[in-house]
Amino acid sequence: MFDFRIVTTWFDELLRVTCGLGNFWTVLIECVVVGLAILLAYALLAIVLIFMERKVCAYFQCRIGPVRVGWWGTLQVFADVLKMLIKEIFAVDKADKLLYYLAPFLVIIASVGTFSFLPWNKGANILDFNVGIFLVTAISSIGVVGIFLAGWGSNNKYSVLSAMRGAVQMISYELSLGICLISAVILTGTMQVSGIVEAQTGPLRWLIVQGHVPATLAFLVFCVAGNAEANRGPFDLAEAESELTAGYHTEYSGMGFGFYYLAEYLNLFVVSGIATTVFLGGWAPLNIGLDGFDAIMNYIPGLVWFLGKTFVVVFLLMWIKWTFPRLRIDQILKLEWKYLMPLSLVILVLMTVCVAFGWTIHY
Amino acid sequence: MARLIMFAVLAVVILASAVFCVSTKRIMRAATALLFVLFGVAGLYFLLDYTFLGAVQISIYAGGITMMYIFAIQLVSKRTLQGLSERWLGKRTILAAFIALAGFATVVVVLLKNELIRNTVVEGDSLSRELTMDTVGQTLMSADKYGYVLPFEFISVFLLACIIGGLVILNHKKKEESK
Repeated sequence: MFDFRIVTTWFDELLRVTCGLGNFWTVLIECVVVGLAILLAYALLAIVLIFMERKVCAYFQCRIGPVRVGWWGTLQVFADVLKMLIKEIFAVDKADKLLYYLAPFLVIIASVGTFSFLPWNKGANILDFNVGIFLVTAISSIGVVGIFLAGWGSNNKYSVLSAMRGAVQMISYELSLGICLISAVILTGTMQVSGIVEAQTGPLRWLIVQGHVPATLAFLVFCVAGNAEANRGPFDLAEAESELTAGYHTEYSGMGFGFYYLAEYLNLFVVSGIATTVFLGGWAPLNIGLDGFDAIMNYIPGLVWFLGKTFVVVFLLMWIKWTFPRLRIDQILKLEWKYLMPLSLVILVLMTVCVAFGWTIHY
Repeated sequence: MARLIMFAVLAVVILASAVFCVSTKRIMRAATALLFVLFGVAGLYFLLDYTFLGAVQISIYAGGITMMYIFAIQLVSKRTLQGLSERWLGKRTILAAFIALAGFATVVVVLLKNELIRNTVVEGDSLSRELTMDTVGQTLMSADKYGYVLPFEFISVFLLACIIGGLVILNHKKKEESK
């Protein structure tokens, strides 16, 4: 298995020994490089995801999607980004300008913050705290404030309505999201992201296999709640275009709107990424206990495994989005508070019982 | 060195947001500035390697308390949209100054008594004292001498009482409306 630490130690040695820099400058340069890498990956993935959404949506609706710009429409997203970058940003009259300009940054900070917790490969965790998973849920809650302030700062009744809906929905679904993550933490016994993935390496060690019934249920609940948390269909009534124009970002143009657009797609990716990390083994390859098969699987680098699994989950969520009709706000809240939340509590108890009695699958 | 720079940045953010929070006339802006003060404090916890406390600070204050303030502001009245202002009153200024002074004195006494500055600035750079999650969890749930199970359970009961109280008030209003 390729260990990314080879690259990071080489770079560290290069700065410290070959260039002879002190501790302070080394850490500073490394932080800047890692930060740039995160933002680059963020932007590239956003482009890939937007293109994927267009094509997937088109095929679900029996169309072929964008085909004119570039080969098979591949340059369409770049054209859109260019358009968005050169648009003028202006605030509405009598709006709270400070909050109007601040809100997109809060949303993007929450999105990038959770994005940098994902485990890309063995030894390639960017943020790896001992409170990892808990901190992810904490940072994702900043996004709620951003959405709300966007609605408030726009001075538009549709935006305020949509912001209210969005905030209520996100706060509600955070609960079952958190409880599902806790059930995974019970199984692995650690909250550190690298530790959770490490516990899933080896034959038949993915949590969804290890924790069989409760883990599978937790994964399904996590996908539903995560879809709602990312404000995507069928839970996208915060931006229901038929009744609220475009929801909380109605009054935004240019990159202000671009930030919300980016954050929506990357939140989808982050939710899928965390589902992958926690339940499907992150970068851990598919091992089934046969030596030859496992050896071949271990030759595939972790990055490929991680991206592959994540994009499978992304595709599942897109499938759901373009298949189911949109829910009403009372239905959304009823689904969470009367069905998903009690269900996730039951899962939590089930998982605790399974772990306490050792009823997990050990190979 | 790096810690000192980070501390200076956080201190500027905290102080500037705090001053903005109390001096702005728009209540929504005040709530947002409060959010940044709380983020700054969370940053200080991370600087001290109290990652758990930092995560709790972000989760509870950003996700919980600030959202609650914002929802409460929504419920107050339409006038919050226009911008509230309050005049400075002589008596109140004196009282406020007195309270501020008392708070400042408490902080200074605690700092000097526990030699916190020396402990964090001098020794903090050399050793990392990150607590493992196991320790935090076991202390939170243990009934031993330094265990926190009683306050933990008390807070859960308290929160349950708050929820039930909220539901009762809501039901009361609904009944009055239906009459």
